Amino acid sequence: MMMIFGIPAPLLFGQLLLGLINGAFYAMLSLGLAIIFGMLNIINFAHGALFMMGAFVAWMLLDYLGIGYFPSLILAPLIVGVFGIVLERTIISRLYKLDHLYGLLLTFGLSLVIEGLFRNAYGSSGLPYRIPNVLQGATDLGFMFMPNYRGWVVLVALVVCFSTWAIIEKTSLGATLRAATENAPLVQAFGVNVPRLITITYGAGVALAAFAGVLAAPIYSVNPNMGSNFINTVFAVVVIGGMGSILGSIITGFGLGVVEGLTKVFYPQASATVVFLVMIIVLLARPRGLFGKAA
Amino acid sequence: MTLSRRSMLTAAAASALTVPALPRAARAQAATIKIGVLNDQSGPYTNTGGITSVICAKQAVEEYAKSNGLNVEVISADHQNKPDLAVSITREWFDRDNVDMLLDVPTSSVALALQSVVREKNKVYLNSGAASSELTGGQCSPNFIHWTYDTFMLAKSTGGAMVKAGGNSWFFLTADYAFGKQLQADTTALVKAAGGTVNGSVTYPFPGTTDFSSFLVQAQSSKAKVIGLCNAGGDTVNSIKQINEFGINKSMKVAALLMFINDVHALGLETAAGLNLTESFYWDLNDKTRAFTNRVKDKTPKNYPNMVHAGCYSATLHYLKAVHAMGAAEAKKDGIATVNRMKAMPVEDDCFGKTTIREDGRNLTPSYLFEVKQPSESKGPWDYYKMMVATSGDEAYRPLADGHCAFIKA
Repeated sequence: MMMIFGIPAPLLFGQLLLGLINGAFYAMLSLGLAIIFGMLNIINFAHGALFMMGAFVAWMLLDYLGIGYFPSLILAPLIVGVFGIVLERTIISRLYKLDHLYGLLLTFGLSLVIEGLFRNAYGSSGLPYRIPNVLQGATDLGFMFMPNYRGWVVLVALVVCFSTWAIIEKTSLGATLRAATENAPLVQAFGVNVPRLITITYGAGVALAAFAGVLAAPIYSVNPNMGSNFINTVFAVVVIGGMGSILGSIITGFGLGVVEGLTKVFYPQASATVVFLVMIIVLLARPRGLFGKAA
Repeated sequence: MTLSRRSMLTAAAASALTVPALPRAARAQAATIKIGVLNDQSGPYTNTGGITSVICAKQAVEEYAKSNGLNVEVISADHQNKPDLAVSITREWFDRDNVDMLLDVPTSSVALALQSVVREKNKVYLNSGAASSELTGGQCSPNFIHWTYDTFMLAKSTGGAMVKAGGNSWFFLTADYAFGKQLQADTTALVKAAGGTVNGSVTYPFPGTTDFSSFLVQAQSSKAKVIGLCNAGGDTVNSIKQINEFGINKSMKVAALLMFINDVHALGLETAAGLNLTESFYWDLNDKTRAFTNRVKDKTPKNYPNMVHAGCYSATLHYLKAVHAMGAAEAKKDGIATVNRMKAMPVEDDCFGKTTIREDGRNLTPSYLFEVKQPSESKGPWDYYKMMVATSGDEAYRPLADGHCAFIKA
């Protein structure tokens, strides 16, 4: 058997692939954060809670209304997106003129409240959510046994990430968005309703988190803490990629998934820490992040 | 700062006024027994302990205290699985709130950290939630009783059954803290004693790991016959889910070394069916356990009591019996004396039947090996377990001499 660094090659390939799958979640979550930070200048700490809400809404749709996985993939992000818009209009929009820290504290508080409410209603053990029948089973790739559902997650995540990137970078809507980020008063002077644009952007960022939540529901147990397990790593991803950089957060998300996956083979105890180690090194060498623009 | 004569006089007058009030307050408190339930109320172990443990402790108080003229108060707090936080809450409870008995305390790292605090203050410490067998071994204490289960008993029951069924080579997936490591050590000793081998293990960071796929692939490539899960709560649920997803249950047997009925509920029978697990209590075991469950069920909606919850009830009840026998004032004064009285008295309640408490603080509850029912076999909500093997308390736990508990020789 071929060996690489004392590890059998098939095992290593398997780990690379699994790293990519986790990276897909990091990429989708950090993408939403990057968009929200870029547009609203809000460090959205509630992102993890909204991710969790996505999974819970999918579970509720199935359990209370009998609506299956695929419709939920569209419905749950819409529902949570609307919830996000309500949050933005009623609470978050009051803080735009203040320092970042206030937004961070507010959204952190919101996430504690949301998680607490769900914990009260559903407990912390988690709820079961089945993998849809078409995506059941697994494929033998030769070097590893690949569950079909995980393959689907990577595929969908790639499509979603790059279409979001394309919308922002290549369409006229995206151009308006980017212009509003650079100079809101000027764009408003051209007759664009900037506050509405901001609200919709927040809704879209939140919907992305909820979408990732639905994708995660069959893999991880649907429980109120599922978001907070992810969110710290995702913030590190955003910082490494460069605050507000769309492409940066996608590439860094997938990349760090792989780095973490490899750590799980060589020194598993450090797998939760390695992302932060990378963050420290990047911040020392390039304080604006890997893809951040110079000030 | 300068002190005027007037303010000095005011201060003196104020302190003179408060002094006579003190003894009266102390006398009023002497009659009140205070129980502090300390556990995880927001993290991965919320459903396996949490508020249901508090409710079960209160149930015991309700049933026993008033009819026997005891004045009892139950308070609780969330230790968030952090030993440092738990130590400061406990000190505050002992020093400021006059708490007499510390109850539940899951998460072995936290449970171990509190041993010395309770001993220093000479209070009573009844642990139902934590697993590590070190609590009555190298880290034992005369102020302590380990009520419900431990890692040795789990390893012997679930692990022993696996080895007997031909699972003689193991790979461990272990949470990187006191509990996971102790459970792995106890199970390893048992597997090796039975002539088996350990092909490898991974220890993963706790808490905060949600994706186990990478470790599972490593387990599979070890070619071991059994994958031993040395974790608990949400981690166990996630790892079993992913074991099914990756089809690892087809090539390896799964030993969930610590699993509660709440975890089975979270997984759903479709995924959990056929798993072997060990608890010392099941709500549907006999008429008495069903009666107990009916008494508390409505107070804990969406959560049936597991062995930890039942342990909180049983421990509180027995503690109150000892306090009643000694008198509340005596019990408040001396934690070791109270624990010794508890050890001397026979234990009996609806949850565990008759048990005895050994010198080293081990309550010898019976252990039951269960198999999780197939979805077709389950007749109602929470009807999850089939009894496989029942082991009596004398046989379930590590022999006294092997624990090397220090205070016993003295």
